[in-house]
Amino acid sequence: MTILSFTLILLAGAFLAGLLGSLTGLGGGVVIIPLLTLVFHVDIRYAIGTALIASIATSSGSASAYVKEGITNIRLGMFLEIATTTGAVVGALIAVFIPTSIVAVIFGCVLIFSAIMGLRKKREAFSDEDVSKLARDLKLNGTYPAGGELVSYKVRHVPGGYFMMTFAGVMSGLLGIGSGALKVLAMDNIMRIPFKVSTTTSNFMIGVTAAASAVVYLQRGYVSPGLCMPVVLGVLLGAFGGSRLLVKANTKWLRIVFSVVITFLALQMIYNGVNGKL
Amino acid sequence: MKRLFSSHFWADKDVQQLIGKQLRIGVILSSIVVFIGGMIYLSRHGHESPDYGTFAGVRQGLDNLPGIIQGIMQGKGMNVIQLGVVLLIATPIIRIALSVFAFLLEKDYLYVFITLLVLGVITFSMVGGLERL
Repeated sequence: MTILSFTLILLAGAFLAGLLGSLTGLGGGVVIIPLLTLVFHVDIRYAIGTALIASIATSSGSASAYVKEGITNIRLGMFLEIATTTGAVVGALIAVFIPTSIVAVIFGCVLIFSAIMGLRKKREAFSDEDVSKLARDLKLNGTYPAGGELVSYKVRHVPGGYFMMTFAGVMSGLLGIGSGALKVLAMDNIMRIPFKVSTTTSNFMIGVTAAASAVVYLQRGYVSPGLCMPVVLGVLLGAFGGSRLLVKANTKWLRIVFSVVITFLALQMIYNGVNGKL
Repeated sequence: MKRLFSSHFWADKDVQQLIGKQLRIGVILSSIVVFIGGMIYLSRHGHESPDYGTFAGVRQGLDNLPGIIQGIMQGKGMNVIQLGVVLLIATPIIRIALSVFAFLLEKDYLYVFITLLVLGVITFSMVGGLERL
């Protein structure tokens, strides 16, 4: 295979990943690493560097729209970014000491977790009851526009959420993914934030979190331009196309299919990791 | 008092607009640079075969900004792509820097501090020598 055909196939694969990722809300980054390692037999370290850059691209691209609409809770995002960036730096640090086969297994587990998170029934659990002094002092409570009016919500369990965010940051730095599923879990289930706010705020934070570890990986030589070029352009185009299609598509079935695909890829990553093939 | 409140509200809105615009410009600009670099790279190396199976790190000069700029001067496509990648990484970091000013304008010194803390962590990851470990 020549570099030209390799680039074109990768571009198509990344486009599909970005399209499905944005249609299902699972993010395109999750399939970039299995795509590169399992299909193209790229070393997992190059794959991690590439996926990190792709996640910065998609996160910044879609965050720009949400921030303008005023859904994103900028203060909450800013505060939790202390946790995710320190986590990401720690993750990038320990990545050197962990064998790639174990990284592959951890990646597979996080991937399966993301698939389950994508399928679970969502139940709003936020309330306007003001119980956390810390949330008040840090000005984390907010409002978001829904159906022409502003809905207000109060944040809970700030330390628990902060801790979970640090963990999400470590995973992001170690595996080169946005770990949006972990971030949303911390915000929905622990901090009791409305879905719309938690998904957009998570998205807003992914870029900064990924950037914190990306500078380390770039200097380590993990970020290869030959891979980043088709992947970044493909994922961005796909995500843009997905946001256009979103209104028309039946996302329920798509989510199920995509989750099955992700689980299959995850098992393969774990299998290859255990056998030392990655 | 009411006017004060509304002026704060608008300042907040303006900042959101500004951050939104900056993120979009950053992504568009870096994709254009990546695309241009990609064309140069493909036209020169498109017929060669890719080699990513074993990890050897990137070619020298692609892992630091001075090296990237130097390669661009020599017309290397890979370095142009890498410049686009650096611009992409810089996009959310510039957003943080913008937020410092935004919170300063709002006289929200707690968040000026929090934002500077995040900026500090990122700066540490850049210049802390972590890559040599």
